[in-house]
Amino acid sequence: MAETPLIDVQHMSKFFGSVVALKDITVTVNAGQVLCLLGDNGAGKSTLIKTLAGVHKPSEGTFTVEGQEVSFDSPRDALDHGIGTVYQDLAMVPLMSVTRNFFMGREPTKGRGLLQRMDIDAANRIAKEEMAKIGIDVRDPTQAVGTLSGGERQCVAIARAVYFGAKVLILDEPTSALGVKQASMVLRYIAQARARNLGVIFITHNVHHAYPVADKFTLLNRGRSLGTFMKDEVSREKVLEMMAGGKELDELSSELEEFARADTSVASGQSSTLEATAAAETALAESLKHESEKVHKNPD
Amino acid sequence: MAEQALAKTAGADERLLKTPLIRRFMNRPELGAVAGVILVFLFFAVFAAGSGMFSARGIVGVLEVSAQLGILAIAVSLLMIGGEFDLSVGSMIGAAGVIIAIPASQWGWPIGFCIILAFAVAAGVGYLNGLIVFRTELPSFIVTLAGLFMLRGLTIGFTRLLTGRTQVSGLRDLAEGDWIAALFSGDVLSGFFAWMAEVGIIAQRADGAPSVAGLPIIVVWFLFIGAIATWVLLRTSFGNWIFAVGGDKVAARNVGVPVLRVKVILFICTAAAATLVATIQVLDAGSADTNRGVLKEFEAIIAAVIGGCLLTGGYGSAIGAMLGALIFGAVQQGIFFTGVNTDWFKVFLGGMLLIAVLFNSYIRKKVTESR
Repeated sequence: MAETPLIDVQHMSKFFGSVVALKDITVTVNAGQVLCLLGDNGAGKSTLIKTLAGVHKPSEGTFTVEGQEVSFDSPRDALDHGIGTVYQDLAMVPLMSVTRNFFMGREPTKGRGLLQRMDIDAANRIAKEEMAKIGIDVRDPTQAVGTLSGGERQCVAIARAVYFGAKVLILDEPTSALGVKQASMVLRYIAQARARNLGVIFITHNVHHAYPVADKFTLLNRGRSLGTFMKDEVSREKVLEMMAGGKELDELSSELEEFARADTSVASGQSSTLEATAAAETALAESLKHESEKVHKNPD
Repeated sequence: MAEQALAKTAGADERLLKTPLIRRFMNRPELGAVAGVILVFLFFAVFAAGSGMFSARGIVGVLEVSAQLGILAIAVSLLMIGGEFDLSVGSMIGAAGVIIAIPASQWGWPIGFCIILAFAVAAGVGYLNGLIVFRTELPSFIVTLAGLFMLRGLTIGFTRLLTGRTQVSGLRDLAEGDWIAALFSGDVLSGFFAWMAEVGIIAQRADGAPSVAGLPIIVVWFLFIGAIATWVLLRTSFGNWIFAVGGDKVAARNVGVPVLRVKVILFICTAAAATLVATIQVLDAGSADTNRGVLKEFEAIIAAVIGGCLLTGGYGSAIGAMLGALIFGAVQQGIFFTGVNTDWFKVFLGGMLLIAVLFNSYIRKKVTESR
């Protein structure tokens, strides 16, 4: 690949005092690529994304964004470089309205000087439009975010990051707390983001959510990288085995069944607005189907 | 879910119109306070009718008492929406009073300069409160409780050290002709009140002067600050940040809201509001007392809570706090006019607080529930 990666991290380490949180991590993400970071709890996934998002500074190694070496002082700084992070807690305030959450920290203003104020009408309109683009009908953008479902909240957070010019989306376990239907809504949106040529870093410990949408996988274990694999180099089972050491296969088979059910609902009659999105979604549905068929043929 | 949502997108606007007005009103934080104001005024309209409470003099009295508490309550409500408490505002009133009074009466400093000095000290106190709360991550309840005692102690200690007493008087003459002091003293609209007396809308005294000389300046400040606070809260970016830091500090920081700056400014506002009240009181009474403002911090919190502020932050309104203060003023004056023993006022306070908190937690549930 000759193109400049959106994010290029080489040999990054992060120490907290004498604790080695990350050691010698190398990660690259190109435009239109979904990188999946896999790892069990405590593997260093969160530290890695917080470092990419400007919360922590790396102790060692280089970090370039679109070919330009960077050193972020704050999350704001990372945002300005086009790195949008959606944390597990979503950075949403349940008591605030959808609009106020959408524009939190970056309110559109009109007027100047002492009379500078929020452009409430524009904010409401944009929030509603952006949510409609991803297929979520916000009846009233002034309704509290607490009234939305988990999947909808996740999508608000992602839509917000995209609207504010994120070229790279970092998603911290976006599907972990969601039901199957809601998770597929989020996965579909990830596929949509890829179709729009964004880079995505998708953190999860659920291989079945990761495999259908990811282009490549980086496995972390105890702060070190176990390697990066392109999707065509590695099977789902292989990824899972590396991750969990083949321990949880019983739970796995029940999880797969669950996913096969989600599969049918995804594949059945979807209409979509964007052509690119439709293509991406079909690809997603197909790969979901393909995956589950493979699993059904050779159950472990 | 997504399929349904997609299908519905087209019809979204028509359904929006169906949100009933009452429902929208039900979701405003001020609801409880509006109901409270109506109830209290109805109550006294029945039981205090003919007692003079609803004469021009009585009404201006209610407004003046409400304004004293209301100025504090507005600032406290913004701070509470921002997720913090300030228990040091009562002590700040006492401190600001003597900071104005001692240099002016003992050392002959111009009173306008002393007022500016008091506001500068308040800014310092607020800055310190905000900084300590932010850096230590201790609950602001504890930090400002320490501030309550330290400020009061310093005020009494220094005043006794410098003057030998705990009261400083003789300021009335010093304030004469000082244009800064004029901003904080006297009445406005006296011409209008005189006209109203002439045409018989309000009562006249025997010498032909109106029964009330004018609207006390504190009421003007109260309305002015209430309007500014409401505008800032609902219509500016800073207002959005206040809701954000109170609703979820970590979330706010992660999306780039300057949490420290917001909190420090809010603490400075509460200290400045206390100083404003102190300045007006000192100029009105012509003296300062180190014990001014005792328990005001709690009354301000109660007014804010009656006005819909959640104790956990992130929700509330400045208008609500104003109405909360108005309830206070009406009850305090109403008890006086109906001749009920004023001891009962405290029972009422506690009762109101309990009801308001119960009501607020109910409203909070309604707001975050799926509609």
